[in-house]
Amino acid sequence: MIATLVPLEAPLLVLAALAATGVAFALSPLRQIIVNGLYGLLLVILFVVFQAPDVALSMLVVTTVAYPLIVLVAIRRTRK
Amino acid sequence: MRRQRARGLLALPALGGLGALLAWGFSGLSPFGHFHGFYGQLLNAIALPQRHTTNTVAAVTFDYRGIDTLGEEFILFTAVIGVVLLLRKAGRATPRDVAQDVVSSQASRYFGVIGAGLVLLVGLWLAAFGYVTPGGGFQGGVVIASGIAVVFLACGYRAWLRVSNEEVLDPLEGTGAGGFVALGLAALIAGAPFLHNLFGPGKAGTLFSGGSIAIANWAVALEVAAANLVLYAEFLEQYVMTLVRDTGDE
Amino acid sequence: MSVLAYGVAAWIFCVGIYGAIISRNLIHLAVCLSVAQSSTYILLLAIGYRNHATAPIFKGFENRTKAVDPVVQALTLTDIVVSVTVIALILALALDAHEAANTVDPDELVGMRG
Repeated sequence: MIATLVPLEAPLLVLAALAATGVAFALSPLRQIIVNGLYGLLLVILFVVFQAPDVALSMLVVTTVAYPLIVLVAIRRTRK
Repeated sequence: MRRQRARGLLALPALGGLGALLAWGFSGLSPFGHFHGFYGQLLNAIALPQRHTTNTVAAVTFDYRGIDTLGEEFILFTAVIGVVLLLRKAGRATPRDVAQDVVSSQASRYFGVIGAGLVLLVGLWLAAFGYVTPGGGFQGGVVIASGIAVVFLACGYRAWLRVSNEEVLDPLEGTGAGGFVALGLAALIAGAPFLHNLFGPGKAGTLFSGGSIAIANWAVALEVAAANLVLYAEFLEQYVMTLVRDTGDE
Repeated sequence: MSVLAYGVAAWIFCVGIYGAIISRNLIHLAVCLSVAQSSTYILLLAIGYRNHATAPIFKGFENRTKAVDPVVQALTLTDIVVSVTVIALILALALDAHEAANTVDPDELVGMRG
């Protein structure tokens, strides 16, 4: 793992910036939480490339289970 | 709509100023990839000989910077208290109101039950071996909570109520938070500084390493898992109340 | 390269704050705040990164190999887990506002009455 993943950092950073822009400018909360899942998975790969497996593990489970659960329940509850 | 557009136009120069300030601040950082922080290099070198933990990040979280973890744990604890206070006053939905919350696909029931067991096992492994390989109390706790939440997704609300009794979860969460403080106080009573590592280091690379890092690890895993389960229980109850409302029972 | 790494962190922070400012829905606002918070994770890990270094976990090889900074990783991983509960608190406030006023639009939620 040492020194073989360096060329991946720049494209991943640019993709993360684009995904974050997509999350902020999403039209409705439902679309936003789907794009947020994509952004979270991009961040997991970025954290692995930055040689931080602990951080990647916690971000993975938080962004695939915890965030969608609470946000989807909130969307359902506030639907008119 | 006009108010939103006015807010957006007013925010753009302010955010431009913030961006310029951030750029000026970040120009003082060392170049990317050449970080020469001495504290981190020192910890990398001495964590294994001193505490016999192979996961330096876990040693930093639970031992060298244990006081920061204590603060973060209490942020978690307080936020869960806030959520419970806000959401519990709206009344409860009883299980007999929820006749239509049945998972109709048998495949998803079977795979869900197997999946819940697997995720729970992975979470327990992550929490147990947290200070040996990548993992830790925080990661393991969240995975354990999500493994139990799969029970709701696979089997419906009544099964979820059976595995998430709030009268059991609230004391468990308190035990986790209080256990960490008790560990620190035990060190204080023994004459050492607060949160000092009391027990012998043990053999590196096995489960019996790190001394009180292992106990702090499990206390944090217990607290994070219980806190997340309480959160899911409150939110899933809100979801079930929408089902009750939609059928016109209320 | 350092311009890219730190610039992306600053960009994501500003985009998250801008999304929260122009938001018409409190749930959308909460997720934008979480995006702004995730920019700090990228910044912390970018600060601690060292070229040609490995993860700070030394099972199986000796601990004199070059590794990235473990302190920023400890800060980041506790922060990720705690941010879930803080966002849950914000969402609970949004649900409470919906109970009281039947709307989650911040423009329509005027001041408290009674």
